[in-house]
Amino acid sequence: MAAAALDSDLRERAFAAAASVCDPEIPVLGIADLGVLRDVRIEDGVVEAVITPTYSGCPAMNMIALEIELALEKAGFTKHKVTTVLSPAWTTDWMTEQGKAKLRDYGIAPPVAKAGRRALFGEDKVGCPHCGSADTARISEFGSTACKALWRCKACAEPFDYFKCI
Amino acid sequence: MSETPLFQYTLRFADTALILGHRLSEWVGHSPVIEEDLAFGNMGLDLIGQARSLYTYAGQIEGKGRDEDALAYLREVASYRNLLISEQPNGDFAATMVRQLLYAAFAFPYFEKLAHSKDATLAAIAAKAAKEMAYHQRHAAEWTIRLGDGTEESHTRAQSALDELWPYTGEMFEADQVERALIEAGVAVDPASLRDTWDKTVNDVLAEATLARPRDGAMQSGGRSGRHSEHLGHILSELQYMQRAYPGATW
Repeated sequence: MAAAALDSDLRERAFAAAASVCDPEIPVLGIADLGVLRDVRIEDGVVEAVITPTYSGCPAMNMIALEIELALEKAGFTKHKVTTVLSPAWTTDWMTEQGKAKLRDYGIAPPVAKAGRRALFGEDKVGCPHCGSADTARISEFGSTACKALWRCKACAEPFDYFKCI
Repeated sequence: MSETPLFQYTLRFADTALILGHRLSEWVGHSPVIEEDLAFGNMGLDLIGQARSLYTYAGQIEGKGRDEDALAYLREVASYRNLLISEQPNGDFAATMVRQLLYAAFAFPYFEKLAHSKDATLAAIAAKAAKEMAYHQRHAAEWTIRLGDGTEESHTRAQSALDELWPYTGEMFEADQVERALIEAGVAVDPASLRDTWDKTVNDVLAEATLARPRDGAMQSGGRSGRHSEHLGHILSELQYMQRAYPGATW
């Protein structure tokens, strides 16, 4: 029993260390809130953090993997590795409510509702993260990173990033 | 032939993704507006990301120690298996968007089906890729409509792009011996099964864009067995330059 309790305690510490890593493009959002950190397990004394990319070509993955190893090292874990899995495919549905709130506070509109199956036409309804108005319009489906689109608010006239749904 | 069908099949999709991704990357810094610079960079990155996953898997299937870089940077033109449509020149903005529409309207439903492949790795890569090709299709469709139903100049350019690219669409729906066995085994998807979906998407967009669908004449083919247009060599000479000039260079 004592050993099992120790194991779960260790695992919790390892998870917390890995989860402390933030997305380099959105420094307020932890990778657990983002849904990128899928699992942390300890086997034979080796901590394995399992991550999944948001987009196939997400250039932040290498940096995230490196930072996880650094965070684990700092937390006192000397043996660790990071494994990347593709399945199940990442979806914005995995973003935690806490993560969405952090995004909004940072000035990025969080993804709305469920990942859509919209293949051709139609548009999302996105609230302005600055003034809260629903009177917004899309400028471009593609923004500063793969995961964001560029929008503007017609009420307060501010442009903003929208974390798009996939 | 020492290459297994699964290796060849995986390589075909990897090569198509890499070459089309490279083509889109050529636009960055040259687009008509900055939003489209971002869009091309973004879509190009998706495709190159898909290529990386597929090359890595192809290298594992082959089992000869070739990684994604070896497969992308150290193969000759005749070893490349990409669809001919992916290597066609960017032309003007309309030509690039129409090319993107014609491919994405195929790749999106194809990857959706491949996500149920009996091969777990291909299924995982396809499930991710399908999400990305969905918005490539959407973006290209929006532009095709805007250009086709825009000014006389944009309409003329979009129509001529469509006429030029049409002969390269037939190849997407071909399945040769390499694929037949994989299709029967539930690993690959029969591209012919997507014909109706592709026709409907393309017809709907062209109708709204006031563009005339070209007639299905003689179709170009051969990319997937290594017979390419002259354009691929030019692409590879740029894409592979660093590794050819400085073998093993890293940074």
